[in-house]
Amino acid sequence: MTGERDIVLKEQFSVTGRDFGRAGSVSTTIKSMLKQIGFPPDVVRRVAIATYEAEMNVVVYADRATVTFEVTPAAITVTLEDQGRGIADIEQAMREGYSTATDEIREMGFGAGMGLPNIKKNSDDLEVTSEVGVGTIVRIKVLAPQ
Amino acid sequence: MKLREAATVLGATFISGEEQADMEIAGVCASDLMSDVLAFGSPRVLLLTGLTNAQSIMTADVADVAAVAYVRGKRPENGTVELAKQKGIPVLACDLAMFEACGRIFEKGLLPGSSVEESQ
Repeated sequence: MTGERDIVLKEQFSVTGRDFGRAGSVSTTIKSMLKQIGFPPDVVRRVAIATYEAEMNVVVYADRATVTFEVTPAAITVTLEDQGRGIADIEQAMREGYSTATDEIREMGFGAGMGLPNIKKNSDDLEVTSEVGVGTIVRIKVLAPQ
Repeated sequence: MKLREAATVLGATFISGEEQADMEIAGVCASDLMSDVLAFGSPRVLLLTGLTNAQSIMTADVADVAAVAYVRGKRPENGTVELAKQKGIPVLACDLAMFEACGRIFEKGLLPGSSVEESQ
């Protein structure tokens, strides 16, 4: 377990569902912060991509979410806890190409069923828990280079 | 290849960020699907896309894309250009179809972004 004193940085953000104008702004803020701390570009890029896909999922499918961004000497963790419809079958949602997106979402360049697979690919550890009609918690962890 | 040379090959004009025309681009990623750019693109590439909304720039920023060129004569909305300026990402536009844009740039020896990464 990580003790409070090990936390280098902890920030919270909120994401609003259907707010396409601001979609991605939390991810780009987190990216700038990691860059400023001095993490290597490949680590920053992986966290940014995973967070962005997760943020888009909130904007597209959920009502709202709280994003907790935490940096410790060992890892970077981004947790998105949303209130929304939830995911009935997580295993199915993790499959490349599976999507429930509407045409509107596809016109925005998303909704091809690559979101969760992309998040998994860019994280060292990914936890997804969900309850239908309540919401989804996505926890992305990328290990810090030692 | 420098961004300026890529612009000439594409017959593209700079909408913003022309002061960065001498930057080196490491390859090209061509897609209208932003998740594919995130999944298969590599850093410092030129993104060729027909998607002109703000997400094209957000995606470029997140994926470390060097510059964005819109194809098929599409022009971005003002908000998209403003965002690109904030993020320091040059924006270009050309009238070519995606296929011809890719063909021309490939003919000049610029490799796809993913191949560049693999050959390193």
